[in-house]
Amino acid sequence: MSVTIKIDHALKKFGENTVIQDLSLSVREGEFFTLLGSSGCGKTTLLRMIAGFNTIEGGDFYFNEKRINDMPPHKRKIGMVFQNYAIFPHMDTFGNVAFGLKEQHVKEPELSRRVNEILDTVQISELRDRMPKNMSGGQQQRIALARAIVIEPDVLLMDEPLSNLDAKLRVEMRTAIKRIQNACKITTIYVTHDQEEALAISDRIAVMKKGEIQQVGTPMEIYQHPSNLFVATFIGQSSLLDATAVRSAGETAVKLFDGSVMRIPGMREDVPEEEVLKLCVRPNEFRFDSAGIEATVFERVFFGDAIRYTLTLNNGQNIEMKQDIHLPMAQVGEAVHVAFNVDVVNVFRASDEVSVMKDVIHA
Amino acid sequence: MKKRRLDGWALITGLCFLFFLFFFLYPISRTLLNSIYDFTTGTFTLASFQKFFTKRYYTNTIWNSLKVTSLATLSTTFFGTTLAYLARTVKIKGKRVLDIVMLISVLSPPFIGAYSWIVLLGRAGVITNIINSLFGIQFQGIYGFSGILLVFTIKLSPLVYLYVSGALKNLDNSLNEAAESMGCTRIRKIFRIILPLILPTMLASALLVFMRALADFGTPMLIGEGYRTLPVLIYNSFVGEVTQDYSFASAISVIIVAFTTVIFLLQKYISGRVSIEMNAMNPLEPKKAMGVSNVLTHAYAYLFIILELLPIIVVAYNSFQNTQGTMFVEGFSLNSYIKAFSTMGSSIANTYLYSIIALAIILVIGILVSYSTIRRPSALTAILDTIIMFPYIIPGSVLGISMLLAFNHPPLTISGTAIIIIVAYVVRRLPYTIRSSSAILRQISTSVEEASQSLGASPTSTFGKVTVPMMISGVLPGALMSWMSIISELSASIMLYVGSTKTMTIAIYTEVIRGNYGVASALSTILICSTVLVLMIFFKLTGRTEIEL
Repeated sequence: MSVTIKIDHALKKFGENTVIQDLSLSVREGEFFTLLGSSGCGKTTLLRMIAGFNTIEGGDFYFNEKRINDMPPHKRKIGMVFQNYAIFPHMDTFGNVAFGLKEQHVKEPELSRRVNEILDTVQISELRDRMPKNMSGGQQQRIALARAIVIEPDVLLMDEPLSNLDAKLRVEMRTAIKRIQNACKITTIYVTHDQEEALAISDRIAVMKKGEIQQVGTPMEIYQHPSNLFVATFIGQSSLLDATAVRSAGETAVKLFDGSVMRIPGMREDVPEEEVLKLCVRPNEFRFDSAGIEATVFERVFFGDAIRYTLTLNNGQNIEMKQDIHLPMAQVGEAVHVAFNVDVVNVFRASDEVSVMKDVIHA
Repeated sequence: MKKRRLDGWALITGLCFLFFLFFFLYPISRTLLNSIYDFTTGTFTLASFQKFFTKRYYTNTIWNSLKVTSLATLSTTFFGTTLAYLARTVKIKGKRVLDIVMLISVLSPPFIGAYSWIVLLGRAGVITNIINSLFGIQFQGIYGFSGILLVFTIKLSPLVYLYVSGALKNLDNSLNEAAESMGCTRIRKIFRIILPLILPTMLASALLVFMRALADFGTPMLIGEGYRTLPVLIYNSFVGEVTQDYSFASAISVIIVAFTTVIFLLQKYISGRVSIEMNAMNPLEPKKAMGVSNVLTHAYAYLFIILELLPIIVVAYNSFQNTQGTMFVEGFSLNSYIKAFSTMGSSIANTYLYSIIALAIILVIGILVSYSTIRRPSALTAILDTIIMFPYIIPGSVLGISMLLAFNHPPLTISGTAIIIIVAYVVRRLPYTIRSSSAILRQISTSVEEASQSLGASPTSTFGKVTVPMMISGVLPGALMSWMSIISELSASIMLYVGSTKTMTIAIYTEVIRGNYGVASALSTILICSTVLVLMIFFKLTGRTEIEL
């Protein structure tokens, strides 16, 4: 059985040091929810508060309607996958996976049936009787996942489970995790610092910084409509262009640092004139054009399917541009003009770095 | 190029092999032979074993030794492990004091405990008198079996504590949390997760306790009274006031070594089966306990601090008391120290001189042997690696007799010199140093040495400029431990000393036997202070707060 998770005004202190101040969040039933942020942002702290391994200094945590603040971890019906897997080194694969079931007094033959079934699901049946000693990271990871899922928890908690794996295995495992979660529909909270991983795996993402949630949304919402500058630059790559708000033909428009004026369709009309702004442009939204911003090619890097340019603008700033290899190329040192797709840029107030776009859902 | 390098290390390995062959294997084999072969008549005989096994007087000794050693092993393992677990999981005020007291207790001379507990709980002991006057009973003090067991338990629990505490440090808290998240908590968690994971360490430390207790000569000699154990029997039959029976002493040695070998192999077999590698990313965090359990935990920890400190306090106190003959009298002074320096000055100098020479030799051989066995493995290094561990199972008194019997006549007559004592120290401590150096060397990636060679350094200068400096910080703590255990060594040196090569531990022992408690206390205090001073310098210099055994 899966649950909804609701967190109201959570507070976490380590001694005098406040790590999380007043954080609220709700996770839907069966959802794959990711806490994303750089190290030290409080994401693991929050996860461990949900698990019950960290104390809660303030606020309320609910699984469905049940308040769990004072419930010990083993009563919360959670399954947890640890960053370093935490495989019991003195038990074989079967022993590890069966551990939680034995604690629930599940008897044979059901015990073996359920363990074997889950080992099939995570595709490590052939490791059933082996000790974890010489297993690869990926294999240990699968045991950890099987061990957490086999007890059919209400909530599955994963703390950077893929961070110790190599790049290729990481992609393979995240697909596996997503597929397994889809199949068993357990409400899952997943912690990671890898934005690409978060985008690929999550139903919804909460981007965190310094103990505060910056934005909650689907991967697409977060990528396309970041609510502030931090989210825009943390998720994916962006170049920032200086601009100010102006009135042009009775409508709100922006004047770029080089004097050119353009209308941004998605921008709110109520932005006051002279407001200092930052335009945020993804590398693939730039293109070479006959007119546009003047720039010089500083560096060119070949990526196989694309070419990545670093361009130096007249004001000395560098911007990143990514282009399909079939398009005409520019040489290093060449003077060029670049334009960008105004339909997909995001605009932020420079003063508080908050988005001034219409479609943004704020946290 | 390659050949020359190979030859250099082969030569070093060969020399170390010869050293060990000559100074360890040869004397030990001679002793084994001596137990069944009469060198004067040139005949084989089992008379010594027959003498041993047909007299109740002697067979009782085996039983005595085994009984007190086994019980001491059980009780120390219990106390040491429980204390280590509590100290790692519950926040204890003064945990650092506990750690340091435990360390000092492990490193203090073994028989100081026996002496102090006689002062406290002996026939005329301080505590004995209080108990007797309070309850109006005629408690005779602890001697014999109960006394030895008490002293062993107090003296050796810290050893288990330090080892198990180290193992718990490597236990990842995620394992704990994983178990808890699946509903396995409290006592069940301890038995299903924690105990199995620290079992190899518990067994290893239990083995050490067993070996030390079985081989301990000073404690049963002082507090045992009628309770005779094997090392006492060896000593008596060897330096016996009446007759010296070398072949009988050899026979007892054989019997002791048989026991230690069996125990050693048993421990190896069990830990080989349950061996687990651990590495904690998130170590256990001590948590504040509430109410009764908090009070009980603190009481338990403080009881141990007191029990471990008491002997040291008693010795230090006595050292400043005035004496008259063998009696302590009113008033305090430095008289005992003055007397100690004037009559035992050479033993103080000997202690530091011998121990430093021995340590230098141990470090050089230790680093060379561990390097050649790990980086230049060959058939010879494999053999060397195995036989160099043999001293683990040879009690000091057996080594002492063996060396004396082997080197008191040509081709090499070194009995009665400082050399024989230093060599005994080296042989006894070498296995520990080699083991720790090897462990450190395994952690140093060969790529660092390869980098050095790729930059043009020859293998020899790579060894000197890169490998040894990288090893030394890891070898240093072990070296300090070796030095501290050398200065409190008694059981081998008591067989090997003559008047001019007396060391402090021997002086303390002989002074206690003669009843010169003041001088003995002063010497003991100097010894303990040296240990504490070196420990403090070590912590200060390295910035560490713990020392790995």
